[in-house]
Amino acid sequence: MTYEIICAGFGGQGVMLIGELLAYGGMLEGKNVTWFPSYGPEMRGGTANCSVVISDQPVGSPIVSEPDGLIAMNGPSLEKFKATVKPGGAIVYNASMIETASEMPGLKMLPVPSNEIASELGNNKVANMVALGAFIGLTKVITLSSAVKALEHVLPARHHKLIPLNVAALEKGLALVK
Amino acid sequence: MERVMMKGNEALAEGAIRAGCRFFFGYPITPQNEIPEYMARRMPEVNGVFLQAESEVSAINMIYGAGGAGGRALTSSSSPGISLKQEGISYLAGAQVPCVIVNVARGGPGLGGLGPSQSDYFQATKGGGHGDYHLIVYAPGTAQEMVDLIGLAFDKAEEYRNPVMILSDAIMGQMMEPVVLPEMREVTADQPWATTGKKGRAKPNVINSLGIVGEDLERINIELQEKYKKIVDNEIRYEADGIDDADLIVVAYGTTSRVARSALNMLRAEGKKVGLLRPITLWPFPKPILSELAAEGKRFLVVEMSVGQLVEDVILAVNDRAKVDFFGKLNGSVPTVREVYNEINALLQKGGA
Amino acid sequence: MQKVFGYPRALTSKRTHYCPGCTHGIVHRLVAEAIDDLGIQEQTIGIAPVGCAVLAYEYFDVDFQEAAHGRAPAVATGIKRVHPDAVVFSYQGDGDLASIGTAEIVHAAARGENITVIFINNTVYGMTGGQMAPTTLPGQKTTTSPYGRDTTKVGFPIRVSEMLATLDGPSYIERVSVHDPKHIIKAGRAIRKAFEMQIAGKGFSLVEVLSTCPTNWGLTPIKALERLKEQMIPYYPLGVFRSPEEVAEE
Ligand SMILES: Cc1ncc(C[n+]2csc(CCOP(=O)(O)OP(=O)(O)O)c2C)c(N)n1
Ligand code: SF4
Repeated sequence: MTYEIICAGFGGQGVMLIGELLAYGGMLEGKNVTWFPSYGPEMRGGTANCSVVISDQPVGSPIVSEPDGLIAMNGPSLEKFKATVKPGGAIVYNASMIETASEMPGLKMLPVPSNEIASELGNNKVANMVALGAFIGLTKVITLSSAVKALEHVLPARHHKLIPLNVAALEKGLALVK
Repeated sequence: MERVMMKGNEALAEGAIRAGCRFFFGYPITPQNEIPEYMARRMPEVNGVFLQAESEVSAINMIYGAGGAGGRALTSSSSPGISLKQEGISYLAGAQVPCVIVNVARGGPGLGGLGPSQSDYFQATKGGGHGDYHLIVYAPGTAQEMVDLIGLAFDKAEEYRNPVMILSDAIMGQMMEPVVLPEMREVTADQPWATTGKKGRAKPNVINSLGIVGEDLERINIELQEKYKKIVDNEIRYEADGIDDADLIVVAYGTTSRVARSALNMLRAEGKKVGLLRPITLWPFPKPILSELAAEGKRFLVVEMSVGQLVEDVILAVNDRAKVDFFGKLNGSVPTVREVYNEINALLQKGGA
Repeated sequence: MQKVFGYPRALTSKRTHYCPGCTHGIVHRLVAEAIDDLGIQEQTIGIAPVGCAVLAYEYFDVDFQEAAHGRAPAVATGIKRVHPDAVVFSYQGDGDLASIGTAEIVHAAARGENITVIFINNTVYGMTGGQMAPTTLPGQKTTTSPYGRDTTKVGFPIRVSEMLATLDGPSYIERVSVHDPKHIIKAGRAIRKAFEMQIAGKGFSLVEVLSTCPTNWGLTPIKALERLKEQMIPYYPLGVFRSPEEVAEE
């Protein structure tokens, strides 16, 4: 099994981080994983995205062009990537920034009011975690506990005090799916 | 063994430190900046030296000095910077100074772009500087190989007293993958030829590439060629995947080998007989295996991020005994899995295999 | 009625790619205004560096050549020798001019090459993401001096204007700043004077402009201007290091 993901949004929305958590979480589950960021001139213009591959086999291309799953944190990202998602794939999008999204036949689409939920938790910055929680709930690509463990590795030590907040956001997102 | 996620560039840097490298000289250039930036943080922790040189020309000559003095020395750069280093590299080869040079290649010619590219293959494998010389050139295909090959590179550089190049690219450098890091190695330099101060030696040690007197130059070149032959006989490395029953074999290294692997997995799932041959040493080139496979009647597709450089070595190895096709990208971007898949499919149909 | 403010003719209408608050844009404007004032747009040839200003040829509406990293003064020399009547200027950052291109700038200055150099000193490598530059202040943290510039290990910043002023070749060298309107006006005057020297055939002229890089300094544009004023100017004093009068007297 190979599962390919694109996480995309504005710079500063933390899409690189949720991609890293997916990859790290996959690794902690014993899988082969890659994480690849957009970089350099692509970053100018304010959008950022990363490719994540989680697989039982050695990973081939680290660059995902036909994802199984997409997390889109803003409108331009959804527009750019939604048509590339494989049939049967899943899209989680940030409904706080994307008012309406047309249904894509054959895809599971989940609107998540990430910013609102994050604000309710008292910190707008964890909107990305809400979306990630929902994505994990929808796709089961890694478990919540792997994502939580990954936080300890991926977040720099000086931010570890924020882990409980991040976990709360992941759980809120996950709860949307049930 | 604990796996940690690391960017290719950082995995390489940490791998170098664990292989005993204590001297890094470099100059900033995208997309390899993670290497010097990592070294700037890390070297002081291991009592090593990180020095930002004023240019690539200086950096490579610092390497000449440090390597010639017996230190495990590393420099890294990207294509335009590697071009500037060529004079120094020729001197390093001529004076037989061990060292490791990393090229995180980007698209050229000239200032080019920041995207990944494999268009420095000729420069890496066919000289680049002046004179009859060769570097040993490794092309890592995973972050783990970044770690493993940099260690091997230092060992081989010293074993053969030859500069070694790691030819990577922007994708390999920026991608994060799990790696298992080796233990820190103590390297006790025992290099009787190095300039360390005469210290009781009867004759001074001299690091030099001048061969102006009498038959000197010929003798130096004969010696070098004998060394290169030994390297060709002993140091070829490649990975073969599914080649035994394959009708068509993709030849690719580094980033494109990974894209090809994804495409080949899709094709094999459909029952197509396709395989991958991935050179790990670009010099010495895995000519014997290609020659053998050609004799068995296989056909080849070379996938490269260039107008076709590796393909020339494949054609030479195959020597008219098999058909060699080429698929390349020249815009500093990576071919997609779908593009490579379609290309192979088209070839299989055309070939009536 | 006299026009007091307008868009310089010597600039194209292209929007620059510079970060918000970066002073590269201001200096572009000053150079363009000088070109307009002197009416030399038709005979000016610029040389773009490798650095954040690599795309300068997109922004100036004059002929341009893009040089390899650090080699702009050599390229300028080639151009000037083919077209002695052209007004030739290079526009270079501190990595470009004071690190990799030290040989080229020193020798162009020593030859008294009749060109003008606009030298942007922002104490870091901007384009490549904030590495240490030869002009990085002692103790300043950059991505390749993560513990702060340690002068016992990597030495001291280079004061380019003072260094080049020790040579006999240059005719005019001034260091200016762009941290407030008053200084911007002064900087504009210096740039104009530098071009005038060239037009008068007096030889090498250079204006060092103390500039900001909010992005890689990790500061807001306002804080960056404060840093320029409070930390850079004390180390890099403003002033004229070589003057036309001095040369004229010789
Ligand atoms: C031979 C070579 N080495 C390195 C580089 C990478 N490089 C691009 S711009 C730059 C330095 C930029 O700094 P600076 O000159 O201070 O200008 P700024 O970006 O700050 O305006 C470097 C090292 C290159 N393009 N070519
Ligand atoms: S990186 Fe620095 S010098 Fe470059 S455009 Fe941005 S602020 Fe200006």
